[in-house]
Amino acid sequence: MGHSSSDSDLRLSRRAITRRNLVRAAGLGTAGLALGGLASGPGAAASPLGRGAGFPRRSQDGDSLVFLSTQLRPVEEAEKMRGTILADFEGEVEFIAEDTGPFNDRIAAEAEAGEGSVGVIGGQHGDFASFAQDGLLTDLSDLATELQDRGFVEQYLELGRYGGEVLNYIPWMQATYVMVANREALEYLPDGVDEAALQTSLTYDQLATWAGNVNEAEGQKLGFPAGEDGLLHRFLQGYGYPSFTGGVNTTFQNDDAVAMWEWFAGAWEFVNPQALSYNNMDEPLLSGEVWIAWDHTARLIGALRERPDDLIAFPAPRGPKGLGYMPVVAGLAIPKSAPDPEAARSLIEYLTRPEVQATTLREVAFFPTTAGELPGDLPEGVQAEAAAVLQTSASEDALQSLLPVGLGDQGGAYNKVFRDAFQSIVLDGNDVREVLTEQAANLQSVLDAAQAACWLPDPEGEGVCQVG
Amino acid sequence: MNRQRFGWAPYALLLPSLAYLAVFFAAPMVQAFGLAFQDDGGNWSLASWRAMFTDAQFREALVTTLILIVIIIPVQFALALAMALVLNAKPRWPGLWLYLYAIPLGVSELAAGILWFAVFTQQGWLNSILEGLGLLDRPFIFLDYENQGWLILTIVLAEAWRATSIIMIILVAGLQGIPRDYVEAADVFGATFGQKVRRVILPLLRPSIQVALILRTILAFQAFAVVIALAGQGMTVLSAEAYRWYSDYRDPHVAAAYAGFILLLSVFSTVLFLWLLPVRQEQAT
Repeated sequence: MGHSSSDSDLRLSRRAITRRNLVRAAGLGTAGLALGGLASGPGAAASPLGRGAGFPRRSQDGDSLVFLSTQLRPVEEAEKMRGTILADFEGEVEFIAEDTGPFNDRIAAEAEAGEGSVGVIGGQHGDFASFAQDGLLTDLSDLATELQDRGFVEQYLELGRYGGEVLNYIPWMQATYVMVANREALEYLPDGVDEAALQTSLTYDQLATWAGNVNEAEGQKLGFPAGEDGLLHRFLQGYGYPSFTGGVNTTFQNDDAVAMWEWFAGAWEFVNPQALSYNNMDEPLLSGEVWIAWDHTARLIGALRERPDDLIAFPAPRGPKGLGYMPVVAGLAIPKSAPDPEAARSLIEYLTRPEVQATTLREVAFFPTTAGELPGDLPEGVQAEAAAVLQTSASEDALQSLLPVGLGDQGGAYNKVFRDAFQSIVLDGNDVREVLTEQAANLQSVLDAAQAACWLPDPEGEGVCQVG
Repeated sequence: MNRQRFGWAPYALLLPSLAYLAVFFAAPMVQAFGLAFQDDGGNWSLASWRAMFTDAQFREALVTTLILIVIIIPVQFALALAMALVLNAKPRWPGLWLYLYAIPLGVSELAAGILWFAVFTQQGWLNSILEGLGLLDRPFIFLDYENQGWLILTIVLAEAWRATSIIMIILVAGLQGIPRDYVEAADVFGATFGQKVRRVILPLLRPSIQVALILRTILAFQAFAVVIALAGQGMTVLSAEAYRWYSDYRDPHVAAAYAGFILLLSVFSTVLFLWLLPVRQEQAT
């Protein structure tokens, strides 16, 4: 595999056809027809859930601009992109959403061939890392200057330079992770915590006590997305570790880390045992199986939209080292092989307009990367989520983590270390220190293989990041 | 005589399917084995196999795969045999029965897993029905990773539902090849139904049983969509690990090692069945 996968599960977006949506379809008696062709062999099991959004159709059309994206892959989101968000753009755009693997293959292949059909690519910071390294992307510094009035978050422009001079992408949209709770759970809040405190001062210990109270009265109703496509590893990397230890890789096995794992193993007693099949938390929240959940904003928005009166959104808790959180930035780039760079630039200009950013937020619940007030006419659920996101980054003790940087192909292996540690410590109840010692070696070999330097919240530096 | 009459024609007719097998089965298989014994730089190495054997998930995946096979295959055989005997007894509307039994064959593995997930999930059909009947106060969690027994039971049910009919069809074909005379002769001697099945039908069915067993076991080693749909990360099997190593961890070498290991297990089980259920030459045709 000569290309980078950059975290194949680092999917911002919900899976195209979620399991329960399929279940609903099955209930309507259409299952046999709809599903018959979905999967037939190895490799088909997980991917059909995510595909379908963007089957590459004819793309050498000449006058239509091809927009290839790892974002907005779910069918509904892709349709909103095509039908609503892109509606006012002058010119034909063919929006194709693709899994990270095929996305990488296509860009790399077009670069190798020296000519391509893809005009604009959309992806996460991590998706572009290897392209940036290989110099496959056009420098967009001049476009950023032209679009100065957009007020891009300076930090995000900095990210797009990957430590160099070339601006590889223009910030497009952002998301993060928050918590959502059912209002029925509020009566079980521990002493000293009220609804206002949830927004500003909830700690991990209080969260565990709260879930314990709910458990005593109603059963295990805490929820984490620990299923096949769930983002539990992001909880560990961007929330648990930073909040308890102030780092990730450099603090992987220290005493603080042991405390974090002990907290998690304790809190897991109150987690719904079906969590190992949860990919998105919106569905268990809607069904009432889960009352308190942590997940990606795009994977919670479905529940908040549907029942804004019954659910509340709030920031993740804080630990001894602060409120660790992980913003997710997506950007727009132009490959050097783009057939019509001018058209590509005008599409980026269009997508970063304030009104289009507002439409994006309203339709697919990804937040603007530009300055300015949020539009006032947001649906109630989106509003609630937006407030929790803003509350997170505005918290005084907020401690920002980046998605893993520079791992390339090793993204999945990196996540596996955290998943395996989780399974061994939390599910199988093995000795925390022993497991961490063992997994620290695996973690170091992943970082060595990728030759990755440390990233926030670990102290950034030269050379391969050393596990501590 | 025959050879002279047909000349090269039979071989020419075999050629397309041989070419197909060579291109789409043999070549990828050789390549996969090659991958498993190479490292990233293309050097020969056992590193992938070592990575597989020391992988935290390997043991669980192997044990679960074997448990599932040991439970599923006998259950499916009993069911398939019963279904085949029903069909062979020439019931009224034989076509209807056949189609009913064969419906799951048309449903993909993943879809079957999702259907059964809808049955067993916390707010699923089974819990709704049990609650509706007043048998449960609050939903029972069947898909609980702490209770591997339930997980295995649901997977066995889903697999039995999905893949029993393929065995049934092989057995029905076999049953139809058994001359009526034998069964009638047994009738004349006053054999009971059980005696007829045990002494006449099953022995004559041996070639079909052997084929069905081999086929089904190989398929069972490959099954994983049902497991992922029902158990998520709560349970793992060998083929699921092969898939993850390839698509998530992006290491085709370890994935190939897993695939090669599955192939070795399949070959071993095939040889085992051939040895346990020898078919005499005159039966084999």
